[in-house]
Amino acid sequence: MSPPDSLRRRLWPFRLERRATPSAAMRLASPLIAATAMALTGLVVFLILGQDPLTAFRVFFLAPLGGSYEVGELLLKASPLMLCALGLAIGFKANVWNIGAEGQLIVGGIAGSAVALFGSDALGTLTLPLMLLAGALGGMAWAAIPAFLRTRFHTNEILVSLMLVYIAQQLLGYLVHGPWKDPAGYNFPQSRAFAEAAILPALVEGTRVTGAWPLALLLAVLAWLFTSRTHAGYRMQVAGQAPAAALYAGFSDKRNIWLALLVGGGMAGLAGISEVAGPIGLLQAVISPGYGFAAIIVAFVGRLHPFGIVLASLLMSLLYLGGETAQVELQLPSSITGLFQGSLLFYLLAADLFIGFRLRRIPRPVTP
Amino acid sequence: MSATAALPAPRLRLRGITKRYPGVVANEAIDLEVGVGEIHALLGENGAGKSTLMKIVYGVTRPDAGSIEWDGRRVSIASPAEARRLGIGMVFQHFALFETLTVAENIALAMDEPPKPAALAARIREVSEKYGLPIDPDRLTHSMSVGERQRVEIVRCLLQSPRLLIMDEPTSVLTPQAVLTLFETLRRLAVEGMSILYISHKLDEIRALCDRATVLRGGRCCGTAIPREESNASLARLMIGGELKACQLVPRTPGEIELELTNLSVATRDPFGTPLDGLNLRVRSGEIVGIAGVSGNGQKELLAALSGETLSPHGGMVRIGGQPAGRLDPLQRRALGFGFVPEERLGRGAVPLMSLADNALLTGASAGMVRHGLIRRPVMNRFARETIAAFTVKCSSEQALAGSLSGGNLQKFIVGRETRLNPKLLVVAQPTWGVDIGAALLIRQALIDLRDRGVALLVISEELDELFMICDRIAVIAQGRLSPTMATGELSVERVGVLMAGGVSVAEAADVAA
Repeated sequence: MSPPDSLRRRLWPFRLERRATPSAAMRLASPLIAATAMALTGLVVFLILGQDPLTAFRVFFLAPLGGSYEVGELLLKASPLMLCALGLAIGFKANVWNIGAEGQLIVGGIAGSAVALFGSDALGTLTLPLMLLAGALGGMAWAAIPAFLRTRFHTNEILVSLMLVYIAQQLLGYLVHGPWKDPAGYNFPQSRAFAEAAILPALVEGTRVTGAWPLALLLAVLAWLFTSRTHAGYRMQVAGQAPAAALYAGFSDKRNIWLALLVGGGMAGLAGISEVAGPIGLLQAVISPGYGFAAIIVAFVGRLHPFGIVLASLLMSLLYLGGETAQVELQLPSSITGLFQGSLLFYLLAADLFIGFRLRRIPRPVTP
Repeated sequence: MSATAALPAPRLRLRGITKRYPGVVANEAIDLEVGVGEIHALLGENGAGKSTLMKIVYGVTRPDAGSIEWDGRRVSIASPAEARRLGIGMVFQHFALFETLTVAENIALAMDEPPKPAALAARIREVSEKYGLPIDPDRLTHSMSVGERQRVEIVRCLLQSPRLLIMDEPTSVLTPQAVLTLFETLRRLAVEGMSILYISHKLDEIRALCDRATVLRGGRCCGTAIPREESNASLARLMIGGELKACQLVPRTPGEIELELTNLSVATRDPFGTPLDGLNLRVRSGEIVGIAGVSGNGQKELLAALSGETLSPHGGMVRIGGQPAGRLDPLQRRALGFGFVPEERLGRGAVPLMSLADNALLTGASAGMVRHGLIRRPVMNRFARETIAAFTVKCSSEQALAGSLSGGNLQKFIVGRETRLNPKLLVVAQPTWGVDIGAALLIRQALIDLRDRGVALLVISEELDELFMICDRIAVIAQGRLSPTMATGELSVERVGVLMAGGVSVAEAADVAA
């Protein structure tokens, strides 16, 4: 045996061995394992920051569930996460890696706002439905760019969709600093406030949760029906799991890519306009605290399954809210939210690795 | 049983070798002895445990129990490097050569302590001339045929002067003539005292070449034999534990032309692919036409052009059922009655992580499994269940994952699926590659039954025996060109071998056709 090999074995006498049958139960449990590991990591971080862990936990995880207003906030924040993640998951299952839901969300917000700002007087009760439609179309249009470039020129949709996020942010900045700026807004970079008819009403008195939440739930059911009951959904799963089999069967690669990106973009656009027309009420320079990116984590924590995504979006929403209360009550830095999000994804990927593989000690070679 | 072993201690002796993998016992208490200068066959069906045993001898895997003796001394072989140090060389079934490197560079990469390039080239020439394995050390690998590449692999082993050479299914990629040349070389090596362990499932070859045979079945050693004193039938009985049935091909008159290739030429995007050059072929309903050839001579490109995964320059170059189909996509071709069983089962013919019922839908959308864009699960399940029953696919149920089936059972399911979709024209690539004998017989019979029902079949295979068994006519593909078809009864293996080697004969044959 060569020296580097023997040295490596002495330092790290383990290897990963593929399991014959990965446990189906563990596959479902791994998000819970990841959430627990994330909580334990949080505990250590709180201790290092000199916080009483129990208090910190109460502030972070229980305070955001304290009353009906708080639960409303939880659902409010979960809605855009759920919408984006549902659309992304359909694409991820088909091996279409749309990383730019954040950009599609922003453009959806812009497109819907255009209807609100320039059409609400004439449209009356049609304003809101048309805003939602415009939002979805805006997101689709933004997602159509990577779809076109990939199907026509074989560009990588990961890079294109990601770069389009920054272009969307600049576009939004240009509009609210320039042509769409409220003339009576003391030079703040924001549009006029939307008219009453262009605002999504609260579902329950005393909360801010809007119709976006039940809409997202309905879309979760539709997404589930799409993947499990339709031929188009089946074709996309085949394309994701075995591209050669999809070619053999004659499933159109281009149609899958277009469908995946348009669905993902449309849902993200819907999330964008429901934020602008919901809790924000006008167009401003920043309309999302990274929902489009966090939705990638939501999609994976939810096992790319629509109903898993419903639960995962609630968890992720809790992390956002907990991070905010922790900033206010414990003076913890705002990056605490990102830390929890990141460690959740990290533990989830680790748990998934060990579901597929086991760590085996390499037996010492016995030389006679 | 040590007729040829000159010394009391055999070169290699395995005792009670056992290797278990999660869920399967690959080798159970296997004993094996190879004498000095002996050519020893390891015979067994696919999945009998031959490869696992060889991996243990070559140090790739370690046994769970049992002992290995080398020249009478007990050894533990922890890695291929250690096996090579002992004097064990192995020629793998699938070559690990870098296409963009020269022969000498490839060989240097595989050596533990390569000499200087100039010295290495000289040694390669010396060894290759000595054993009648002509290769040029400065040639780039991608320009070499599969047979030539195998020579590189053998020379690479011989440079290490091994005392035991393991050859894993070496003839599966060779023309019949190249097989004879290889056997000459192996016999010469054996005379010089080298021991050879020859892994194969081809009975004729083993009877022609080997001194002794150890037969594996289901991971166990089920006997040893002197192949020269056995018949194919008696060896097969040992190997499969039962009688070997032959297929019946009753002559019948073929009907309409279902597939017609007219001057089909397709360029290839793959720099190491083979462009198709003016292929002409007609397949009629009720006949099986075979295409023989060494792999890498355009089979892959021809299959893609037939299935619609690559489009032909003109629609009329490929006609299915009389319709120009060269510019149609795979789904449109299926609508014309085209069925296809691809070479790779997992990941192409079937999706490994989907159930058999889900895999029925892969190509079965037209068979009533989809209505208004919605999947009809009951129809899918019934179709899968009926396919499983009709082709005796061994599986837990139609909900079993395709990836959990053995190669033979999955192939039966795929052939069954394509058959039951009622094609008018069925193209089958390597129908029994890596499939055990029982399943192979069933699949061949199913193809013959289809022919008798009036389906046109085109079978592309590297197994000449198989083509001779089931085909009415055979054509040979070599370097992207196709010979005219010849009636199987008027054709000899030697003639096919000459055509497979390509070159003049194909050109002559093409001239005759023109």
